[in-house]
Parts: sequence; C-alpha cells; structure tokens
Amino acid sequence: MALLEVRDLHAGIEDCEILRGLDLTVNAGEVHAIMGPNGSGKSTLSHIISGKPGYRVSTGRILFKDEDLLAMEADERAAKGVFLAFQYPVEIPGVTTMNFLRAALNAQRGARAQKEFSTPDFLKRVREVAKSLNIPEGVLKRGLNVGFSGGEKKRNEILQMALLEPSLCILDEIDSGLDIDALRIVADGINALRSPERAMIVITHYRRLLDYIEPDVVHVMSKGQVRKSGGKELALELEACGYAQFEGAA
Amino acid sequence: MKQIVAKAAAGRAMGNLFAAAHGRLPGSGPVAHIRARAFEAYERAGLPHRRIEAWKYTDLRALIGEVLPLAPRPDAAALVRAARSVKQAAADQAVKLVLVDGIFAPELSDVGRLENGVDVRSLREVLENSADSAIAALVLSTTTDAVISLNAAMATDGLVISIAEGRAVKRPIQIVHVATGSLVSTFTRSYLQLGQGAHAAVLESFVSAEGTSAYQTNDATIVLVGDEASLSHIRLAADAADAVNISSGIIAVGAGARLDLFSMTCSGSISRYQGFVTLAGEGSELSANGVNLIRHKQHVDTTIVVDHAVPHCTSREKFRAVVDDCGRSVFQGRIVVRPGAQKTDATLTTRALLLSDEAEADNKPELEIFAEDVTCRHGSTLGALDGALVFYMRARGLSEKDAQALLIKAFLGEPIEEIATENLRDLVSAQAEHWLLARR
Ligand SMILES: Nc1ncnc2c1ncn2[C@@H]1O[C@H](COP(=O)(O)OP(=O)(O)OP(=O)(O)O)[C@@H](O)[C@H]1O
Ligand SMILES: [Mg+2]
Repeated sequence: MALLEVRDLHAGIEDCEILRGLDLTVNAGEVHAIMGPNGSGKSTLSHIISGKPGYRVSTGRILFKDEDLLAMEADERAAKGVFLAFQYPVEIPGVTTMNFLRAALNAQRGARAQKEFSTPDFLKRVREVAKSLNIPEGVLKRGLNVGFSGGEKKRNEILQMALLEPSLCILDEIDSGLDIDALRIVADGINALRSPERAMIVITHYRRLLDYIEPDVVHVMSKGQVRKSGGKELALELEACGYAQFEGAA
Repeated sequence: MKQIVAKAAAGRAMGNLFAAAHGRLPGSGPVAHIRARAFEAYERAGLPHRRIEAWKYTDLRALIGEVLPLAPRPDAAALVRAARSVKQAAADQAVKLVLVDGIFAPELSDVGRLENGVDVRSLREVLENSADSAIAALVLSTTTDAVISLNAAMATDGLVISIAEGRAVKRPIQIVHVATGSLVSTFTRSYLQLGQGAHAAVLESFVSAEGTSAYQTNDATIVLVGDEASLSHIRLAADAADAVNISSGIIAVGAGARLDLFSMTCSGSISRYQGFVTLAGEGSELSANGVNLIRHKQHVDTTIVVDHAVPHCTSREKFRAVVDDCGRSVFQGRIVVRPGAQKTDATLTTRALLLSDEAEADNKPELEIFAEDVTCRHGSTLGALDGALVFYMRARGLSEKDAQALLIKAFLGEPIEEIATENLRDLVSAQAEHWLLARR
C-alpha cells in the first residue's frame, strides 16, 4: 500500500482548471522531489492535499493510508499525519509561537486519543528542536512569524514539523529565502526526520537543495500534470536543459 | 398626529413612573427639587431615539419601548439569591460593595475590610442628610442626555466613595450590581472622588441572580480624579441575556492625573456604556480601552466622549468588538479639543471583527478640534477573520473553532493588556475565555 496515492486529479479554482489529470504515488520511506516552472500547479497540489478550502476538485481522488483524504477537513488530515511547510508562512500577531505549538500539538494528540504533553516535557522538546535549528528562544515568545525574516519563517516551519512528527511532509520551496548556512541547517533538520515510516514531497526550483536532501524520485510538473519522473539525475538534466522539453503533451 | 398621541401616552406612563416611585426616592427639600427638575428634563425629551445624534445607532425608543416599573426593595430571599451571584462575580482580593436591585446591601458587602482613607457611604444616606446638600447636588448633576436626567430623578441608591489625599489603596474596590427582579428597572447613581495624589482601582460588575430576566438597569457614576491622582476604572457588564443596561460615566481628570478606563460587555440584550471624560487639568492622561463580545441578537453600544479642555493632555483609546450571529456593535468615539488646548495628543483606534454574515458593526469616530498645535489620529477597521490564518492553523491540527478562538483572543489581547492590575486583567481574560467556550 502506498502512503499517498493521487489518481487523475483534476482541480482548480472556480472555472479555472489548474491540475489537469495529475498522478502521483508516494511510498513510506521515500523522498520525492517535484520541480516545474512557475505556475505549473505545485503549490496548488500541496494545498489540495492539505485541505485548503476554495479549490474545486472535479474528478480524481487522493488516498492517504488508504483513506479518502478529500473527504476530510484540514485538521483531520493533519491529525492523520499530513504536514505542509508553506511556501509563504503567514504571520499571526498576538499568538506566540510557543502557544501555537502547544495548541497544535495537543490538538493533534487529542484527535489521536493520545495524552497531552506535560508542560516541562513540552518545553524540553521545543527547546531541543529549536536549538538544533538555531532558533533563539526569544523568537518563540514572539507572535507567530511576526517580523521574522524569510529564513526564520522557514526554520519555524521545520520546527513545527519536527514537533508534530507527521508521516507525510510536504515542503513547498523550503529553500527559498535561505542563506547558505540556513539551507544546510534546514536540510539537516529535514534529513533528521527521514525514516522508513515517513515520506516527503520536496517542491523546489533548485538542485542545490537536492544535494542536501537526496530524493528517491524526481518529478517534473508542467501545466498541471506530472510530465516525467526519474531518479535524482533528472534534476541535473533539468538544470542543464530547462523545462522547454516538457511543455508539450505528456 | 399618531406620533404625538404616542408620545403623549409614553409621557403619561413616565409621569406615572416617577409619581409611583416618589415615596421610595430618598431626599427631600432641595434634593426633591433637583429630582423633579431632572424628571421634567427627561419628560421633555423622552427616551432617546435615532433623530438624537448621540443615539443615532441606539434608538432606545424603538429598542426598549418603555421604562419598566421601579424594582421593589429586595427582601430576604432576594438577598440570598443575590449573594450567590456576588460570590461568583467577586474579584480576587477585592473589597466588595454590593447594590441589589438598586439598593445598597451592607450585609453582602465588605464594609469592614475597607482600608484607611477610603470613606464609603450609601447615596441614600447622603441624600437624606441635609448637611450633605452640596455633595448631593454634585452627585445628582445632569447633562443634556435624557437617560442621565432620568437617572438623577429616579436613583434609589448608590455609593458615595471618597479616597483621601495621597492614599494608595491596595486592594481593588468592587461595586457589584445584582439584579434579582424580572420586568422591573433599577436606577443607581454613584460618586467616586480621589483626593490629590491618591491611587485606586475600582471594578464595577453588573450581574443577575439565577432565573432573573428582562430587567432594565440605568446606572450613572460621577468620577473626580484629583490632581496627580491615578484611577484604574474597570467595568464588566455580564447581565442576563434579555436585560437592558444603560450606564453613564461622567468623569473629570485633574492636572497631572491619570485615568485608565476599561469597559467590557459580554452579555445582556441591549447595552450602552457612555463615558464622558473631561481632561480638566494640564498634563492629565487618559487610557480608555474596551472589548465587547456580542452574539445572538445583542445590541452593544460603547460611546466615549473625550474632552481635551486644557493644554498638554494625552488620550489613548483602543476598542475592539467581536460580533457573532445577528449581533450589532456600535462604537462612537468623539474627541473634542477646546480652543487653547495646545499640545493635545489624542489617538483612537477601533476594530470590529465580524464572525457571521448577519453581524453588524457601526463605527463613528468624530474629531472636533479647535486648537492648532495638536496631534489627533483615529482609525477604524472592520472585517472577518482571515481565512488564510485559519487554514494555516487548521493545517497544523487545530479545529476550526479552536483556530478561531486563538485568533479572537489575539484580537482582544491588545486592549486587555492595558489593564495594569494583574488579577483584574485575569478576570477580564477569563470572561472572554468563557464567552469563547460557548462558541464550541
Ligand atoms: N486564487 C487563485 N485564483 C486563480 N488562479 C490561481 C489562484 N491561485 C493560483 N492560481 C493559478 O494557478 C496556477 C498554479 O499556481 P501555483 O501556485 O500552484 O503554481 P506553482 O507551481 O506553485 O508556482 P511557483 O513555482 O511560482 O510557486 C497559476 O497559474 C496561478 O496563477
Ligand atoms: Mg508555488
């Protein structure tokens, strides 16, 4: 059984079709990279998998652990183990990162009928992960992402991912806005989470990230479809030749 | 023609109200004269309606129709019922002064725990003592507002509190208004005076005994903050679901003095708090904040008039309303800068958060500036919760209601943070939490 199976997905916003018959199979333990030109529908796919309202799915299905993902609310999907690191993480003034992390963690544990973390255990865990990602503790007491630099926001996404321990991690351009050192820290954080039970979908424009996070499969997406899939050498090929060859029919 | 007949009929009913209450209203001689004049002023205007500019959005004539008969004096059973609500409403460490159905109830109050330098008498006592006629006239002062005139005419009791010069009162003083009677009205009037350099925190709570419904509360409080004094004045209206609460504050702040005002209404059917603050002494400061939590068909109005009468005064106002269901929020904020009140620094921000399509909010900021060298700003926003933020939180596992609750709390945080006294701030936060819990 695949962890995630997307079959012939047609979806869009109102009358505008963005995904036009997309197929994708991701098994537990695998890392998949998705590359593709701007506007090809990569973020749209990540939003639809994680349950963002406002999209219309006309046909196709998404199975996650053999369950119909499209029938679930976003928070149910999160509790089942779907995690999206946003391309553009939002700022939430008045809600501290710490309080948000605790609320999210306890909500998910509650939904899975697990015991809530005790305050000392929770704090210990957060501090550990924050330290490994080079996130100063003061940042955790500020409003979520408020006034954070681009890189800090991305690190904060990985912090949340590490704490929530999802089984499917979708990373939408986690490398954008990161300096060279931050890229390495974030990649190390992501690699630390690789495990036989967990799969990752890494959306990126740059091969450089894939040097750090070695993918098992690379997909090229264009005009709402996966046009080609291959090994990590496909990323090199793309870098050399660009996307032009994939713009035509599949 | 029809309107005139209706008005005359309403007027007669009113006349009956005053006549019927007459034997129960403390004070004779000059006090009775003040009351009669106040009632005449009220009768001339009648209940405020939408053509009275200050009441444009809260047409009392349409909303409540008539003033209910005066509540009877609370009997022993009423006091027992009231005691339970007082216990629930009591703020940690506060010294309670309780008014039940508009009558001071010393047996439910902590008169014995009052600190040195805090003098408390009932309004009744002051009005009935001819030696106090000067202060009686002050306590019963009126404005052009008809509900304040009605209050002066009908006030059955209240508290007259005076805090001695230089005294820093440690524990908050909590005035608890408890309603135990249904289909009746209460009229209370209090007076609070802080001597020069005094410091105090005064909390006013409006609650009802279990099973009480459809009452009308009309309260007025006259406040004088002496030079260099500081007062934190917090009001918390948590009335029965179908109650009406009209409260007025007439407040003057002396030179170098500071007033922190906070108002929260979280239940009741029709509520208005109108605060008239005069920054009367140079260098005085006002921080006025509030949050209203509105649901069902509630109508909640906060109207604040800040009068910068002299130079070098500062006012900061932050008000927030959360409106759910078919609720309606009204906020009117007027800032007046008198001629010569140079170096006035005034800001006012109001924000309303609409949680349903039927929810409504009216914001009316007004600046009347008659001086040149001033800084005055106002801003107001109105909107729904940001769907992108809600989705982000849900994608991390929070339910829709939990995500909304966190965002609403964040929205309310700023004005609540302005409450300096920790246990009072916690009390207000707890009320907000309680309101939010009922949304789940
Ligand atoms: N709210 C919207 N309304 C209409 N069209 C939209 C909306 N959001 C996205 N689109 C369109 O859908 C297409 C796919 O967008 P998407 O963000 O998924 O692309 P992407 O592959 O993630 O691009 P990038 O590499 O620039 O991040 C684009 O043409 C975009 O304009
Ligand atoms: Mg994108």
